[in-house]
Amino acid sequence: MSEYRVLVVEDSPTMRQLIVFALKRIRNLQIEEAGDGVGGLKKLSAHKFDLVVTDINMPIMDGLKLVSLIRNDPQYKDVPVVVITTEGAIEDRDRALALGANEYITKPIQTARILEVAKKMLGV
Amino acid sequence: MTENNDSGGMASRAEEFLQVFKKGAEFTQGLLKENERLRYRVLELEQQLRTEGPSAEIERLQEKLRQSEAEKAEILSRISSIEQEGLDFANRYAEIEAENNLLANLYITTYQLHSTFDVDEIVRIIEEVLLNLVGAEKFSLLLLNEQGQLVPALSGESTGGLPAVGTDDPCIARALAQRQAWIADTDELSQLAESAIKAVVPLQVDNEVIGALVIYRLLAQKTSFSDIDEEIFNLLGGHAAMAICTALLHRERPDRTRFVRGFLSGTK
Repeated sequence: MSEYRVLVVEDSPTMRQLIVFALKRIRNLQIEEAGDGVGGLKKLSAHKFDLVVTDINMPIMDGLKLVSLIRNDPQYKDVPVVVITTEGAIEDRDRALALGANEYITKPIQTARILEVAKKMLGV
Repeated sequence: MTENNDSGGMASRAEEFLQVFKKGAEFTQGLLKENERLRYRVLELEQQLRTEGPSAEIERLQEKLRQSEAEKAEILSRISSIEQEGLDFANRYAEIEAENNLLANLYITTYQLHSTFDVDEIVRIIEEVLLNLVGAEKFSLLLLNEQGQLVPALSGESTGGLPAVGTDDPCIARALAQRQAWIADTDELSQLAESAIKAVVPLQVDNEVIGALVIYRLLAQKTSFSDIDEEIFNLLGGHAAMAICTALLHRERPDRTRFVRGFLSGTK
C-alpha cells in the first residue's frame, strides 16, 4: 500500500523518466506524472499529494504559474513543491521560491539530489 | 622495745624500695630489648626493600595499569578502525550513488533513443539528453551528406549563433579519424574561447561514421566533463546513430506491422 503520493510535472519525457527513476527508490511511493501545469492541476484535483516536483519551463502552463496556483488554493497550499531550474535561470528560481516553492533542483539533474530533496520534503 | 620497732620498719621500707628498684630495672631491660628488636626489624625491612624492590602489591597495581593501558590502546584502535569503516562505507555509498546516477542516465538515454521511429523525435531526445543530462548549452548535431560534408540536423535555441564547421576542423577531424569522442580536459576548458569546440562525439553505425555531435558551450556551473558525460557520449555515439538510421529506414517503410510480419515470415 502506498504511503506517499508524488506528482511529477515535466514536459520532457527524458527528464520525467529520470525523476521517476530516482523517486522510485523511496519505498511505498506512488508517482503520478503530468506533461505541463494544466495536466498537473488536473492530477492535483483528483488525488491528495504529499509532494509536487515541477519543471519551470513548460508549454501551456509553466511551473511558476503552477506554484502560484498551488499556494493560493486552500486545498493544496500546504503541499511541498520542488522546482527544477536551469543554472542560468536564477530569476526563475528566485521567483519560484518567492511564490512559495520549498526547494529547487538545478539541471543537469543528479538522481541522488532528487532523492535527497524528496526524502527531506516527505520526511523519510 | 621502741628501737626494735624502728629498725623493723626501716628494713621493711628498704625491702620495699629494693623491690621497686628491681621492677624499674626489669622494665628498663624490657624497653631496651624491644628497642633492639625494632631497630633490627627496621634494618631487615630496609634490607628487603633494597634487595626485592617494590612490593608485590605495587607490582600488581602496575601490572593492572599496564593491562588497562593496553585495553585503552586497543579500544582506541577499534574506534579508529570503526571510524575508518564508517568513512569507507560513506565513500562506497557515494560511489554507488554515482554509479546509480550513471546507470540511470545511460538507461534513460538508451530507452528514450529507441522509443520512437520519428527522426525529429530522436533529434529532440538527443537535444534533451545533451541539455539535461550532460549540461551542454550550445551544441549541434551534424550528419554527413553524400558529398561527405557535415550538415546541421538540429535547429533551435541550442544551436543559435553557432559557426558552420566542416570535417576539416582539427577537433572534428581528429574525432572522426579516431572514431572516438574528443573531449577537452578541465585545463583546456578554462582556456578555450566561448565559441570554441569543447567536445566532439562521432556518430557511427557498424563502424561507419554518419555524423557528429559537437558541443560548444556548457551550462554556467559546469566547469568540466565528468566520467558520466564520457559514458553518455560513448552511448550516444552508437545508439543515437543507430536510432537515427533506424528511423530513416523506417521512414522509407512506414508500415511497421507489415514490415514485422514480413520479417517473421522470412525467418520461417
